[in-house]
Amino acid sequence: MTTWLLIGILAVATITVKSIGPALAGGRRPPAAVERVIALFTPALIAALVVSNTFADGRQLVVDARAAGVAVGLIALLLRAPILVAGVLGAITCAATRMLLG
Amino acid sequence: MGDMTIIRKEGLAASIPVALATVTIGLTFGVLAEPLIGAVPAVMMSALVWAGGAQFAAIAVVGAGGGLLPAALTGITANVRYLPMGFAIAPSVKGSLPRRIATASLLTDATLLIGRGDDSRFDVPRMVWATPLQYLGWVGGTAAGALGAGVIGDPGRLGLDVMFPVFFLGLLLPELRGSSRRRLVVAGVAAVVTLVLVPVAPVGVPVLAGACVALTGLRRPRDSEEDRR
Repeated sequence: MTTWLLIGILAVATITVKSIGPALAGGRRPPAAVERVIALFTPALIAALVVSNTFADGRQLVVDARAAGVAVGLIALLLRAPILVAGVLGAITCAATRMLLG
Repeated sequence: MGDMTIIRKEGLAASIPVALATVTIGLTFGVLAEPLIGAVPAVMMSALVWAGGAQFAAIAVVGAGGGLLPAALTGITANVRYLPMGFAIAPSVKGSLPRRIATASLLTDATLLIGRGDDSRFDVPRMVWATPLQYLGWVGGTAAGALGAGVIGDPGRLGLDVMFPVFFLGLLLPELRGSSRRRLVVAGVAAVVTLVLVPVAPVGVPVLAGACVALTGLRRPRDSEEDRR
């Protein structure tokens, strides 16, 4: 019973937190200062997601096979490879590194 | 209506790398969650909550013996970055309230990034079309992990989880290439803030804090820094 309660709470909470912005401020042009923040939000969020997905394991910072995979993917991207190709190369690197490290 | 077909294809195509990574993470979730809450609840959780961060965080608390309240609170905290994300897309989300809520419920990191246009605009149709493959990947991956846990072994074996950060980098680099110094600095500072907070803040907060570096945009830029597009 508690499990379903947990799922229900999280489902409602997730939709709520996603919807508050569009519900309150949907379709309206915000002030120029807010538009500047929104424009900067994407690079900030992406950078935050990249480092946390690469180096965070729960609350620990680790340098593991993921870092190797992301490094290879980054090089591929810098060499103008399409995202999918860079991703696959990174995945192969990560998998190989995981295998080698045991 | 030819435009719509293009947008549909763009959104779907852009979501393919993400969908692959999503399947892997979904598999991992299914494998982890099944012994703790059962296969059907695990799949339903992915179908109804559809937020990896929150699901993993909540399950971790359950696995450590925590009760409903700490599990729920941990899960909700892990989702906290969706608040500014919602406000970021809000100006681009039009229509009636139910429609806006329905659109907002499709929001994920990847959807938001795929949908972003120039500066502060988001292409909602493209975002919507980036969703189906991700959702299918997430729920399908969870089901496969929960039901076939023994068979699949370690989902990390294929290294597909790395596709998330590589995908995000792939979106970031074109942004930074031709851009003002301000964006580079913001991205760099955001990365540092996030890293510093990982060991000391609850899961979900470091990414939120990094994203909030964007608040420096409130400060009026000096003319020499501003990029004009």
